[in-house]
Amino acid sequence: MAQVLIANRLSDGLVVFLAADGAWVESIAAGVLIDDDRAAGELLDQGLADADNNLVIDPILINVTVRDGTRTPDAIREAIRAAGPTVSVET
Amino acid sequence: MYRYDEFDQQLVNERAEQFRRQVRRRMNGELTEDQFKPLRLMNGLYLQLHAYMLRVNVPYGCLSARQLRQLAHIARKYDKGYGHFTTRQNIQYNWIRLEDAADILTDLAAVGMNAMQSSGNCVRNVTADHYAGRARDELQDPRVWCELLRQYSILNPEFSYLPRKFKIAVTGAPKDRAAVALHDIGLRMYLNEGGEPGFEVIVGGGQGRTPVIGKTIREWIEPEHVISYVEAILRIYNLYGRRDNIYKARIKILVNALGIDKYRELVEAEWLQIRDGVLKIAPEELARIDAYFQPPAYEQLADQDTEPSQLHDADPAFAAWLQSNVAEHKVVGYAIVNVSLKSPGKIPGDLSAQKMDALADLADQYSFGELRVSHRQNLVLVDVKQSDLHALWQALGALDLATPNIGLASDIIACPGLDFCALANTRSIPVAQDIALHFANSTKLQHVGDLTINISGCMNACGHHHVGNIGILGVDKRGQEFFQLTLGGSSDEHASLGDRVGPGLPQSEVPGAIERIVDTYLEIRDGKDECFLNTYRRCGMEVFRTAVYGPAGPARRVTATRQVA
Ligand code: SF4
Repeated sequence: MAQVLIANRLSDGLVVFLAADGAWVESIAAGVLIDDDRAAGELLDQGLADADNNLVIDPILINVTVRDGTRTPDAIREAIRAAGPTVSVET
Repeated sequence: MYRYDEFDQQLVNERAEQFRRQVRRRMNGELTEDQFKPLRLMNGLYLQLHAYMLRVNVPYGCLSARQLRQLAHIARKYDKGYGHFTTRQNIQYNWIRLEDAADILTDLAAVGMNAMQSSGNCVRNVTADHYAGRARDELQDPRVWCELLRQYSILNPEFSYLPRKFKIAVTGAPKDRAAVALHDIGLRMYLNEGGEPGFEVIVGGGQGRTPVIGKTIREWIEPEHVISYVEAILRIYNLYGRRDNIYKARIKILVNALGIDKYRELVEAEWLQIRDGVLKIAPEELARIDAYFQPPAYEQLADQDTEPSQLHDADPAFAAWLQSNVAEHKVVGYAIVNVSLKSPGKIPGDLSAQKMDALADLADQYSFGELRVSHRQNLVLVDVKQSDLHALWQALGALDLATPNIGLASDIIACPGLDFCALANTRSIPVAQDIALHFANSTKLQHVGDLTINISGCMNACGHHHVGNIGILGVDKRGQEFFQLTLGGSSDEHASLGDRVGPGLPQSEVPGAIERIVDTYLEIRDGKDECFLNTYRRCGMEVFRTAVYGPAGPARRVTATRQVA
């Protein structure tokens, strides 16, 4: 099961993903993708440490499906978090 | 309109600075998220799906042009250039940075606004009839009572940690546009046999997962005692309300558990102790607050003939707008203009900064600089000369703010739903857009007339689905979005809760189902004057259920195919 670690950044609340170099990035494509339990545990620990360090809020692992190189979270809620609202806003 | 005095101003200024320090302590790690969260919520700052959301109070829905310009400025400077007007007559910004939040509070304070108590287990922004002080059917302006309640409840230490949030609504008109029976406390002003004004006090109404129509706790209370009576209700709730289960903590659950008679007995006993104390409103105090709500300098005018039938041939589009969007003003020669934020395909309640500015200009030009926010997520220009209606209609039309649909089926209430809200089960905005667009090119909705459609993305019911003539509730079934329909809800003076039609439908089937309901209504109504709600009340559910699911009834659905676009 492919997973990524998602959270909201403390300073601006934006949705971020943990990348391989330990940075938090706004694109799901740039986040680290893992597919085994041990890696998942390590990734979550790293996220929780960053929550303790006041970088992010509520880091969680979410399941994603990779199709044609595009990662889409399985749950609609997380898919919308990753991609933004499905409606276009007033400008 | 009320204007902050030095005490109000000092309070909001200090509050912004206090929050600035709290944010700083959070950012540098002195406060954990668990410690900080209640502090930010007390300042209206939520963390939603994509960012922080700031909910700003619009006190009982009243807004000056100057304040609206500041809201536009905030949208532009700190957000993505728009805001969202809510069913609680407030405005929410969806894309706020924690780092900016205190600056926004400072900007709000500069125009006499704040975000205090827009969240948390306290008395929230008091809501009111959006035509308050202007409606032709009104007995007395309820805003003075709203303002007294605001001053009484803001930072009131006894009621800062209630078992759960607490919402009060006030109306001064027989036609209930404030949904008073659906609030923790509803105050309905009327005149007694001697012609004296007073209030019926309703308690324990609410929506959410356990919808309840409020019960009358007191048939009559003199205005001078209304604040002390509210205090007695709050105090009994604060003492006896449940704190062990968030779903059973609202006052409606307590009133239900004790029974209204027992609750009344407790409140009356408490009230006897306090009724003649400091909360008894002295005439001078009433006069002091009332002075803020004096009418603007109206001209002496004659009523113009704005009967739509007269205009119909000359300008049918203008006539349609007059018919649905313009309401009677208490002053001869003036009118109340509803500004529809429900152009089909747009997000209900959203308004861009540019349009906020333009609308503020129109308010200055045509409405003594005053606007209102309605709980149906529209804006209102409250003091428009009838002779200006045509020019205003054209100006609003150029902004796409003159859709002639107030009260019609495309004037849909929709909560933010899963596009923004962290508590949502499903989206609501796209459902509203689908329905409005489905009917956009037909005149059917004009023929249908009054019909409210209200959509919530979860059972918290921010979209008031229980009291929509047609209610739509989003439910999650094994990861898929479905929408349950209810019929027969109403939030007016004959409030009722909707009845469930049957199992949820996938989004793609909702507009068709609505159309079949509407067609059935048109077929069976007892003449043009019988509105949808009355037809439903007369004919019952079965005929509409058949319209939705066919004669065989609802089929068992196994899957639905919805993709996130
Ligand atoms: S009804 Fe539910 S989904 Fe809609 S805004 Fe309220 S909590 Fe969010």
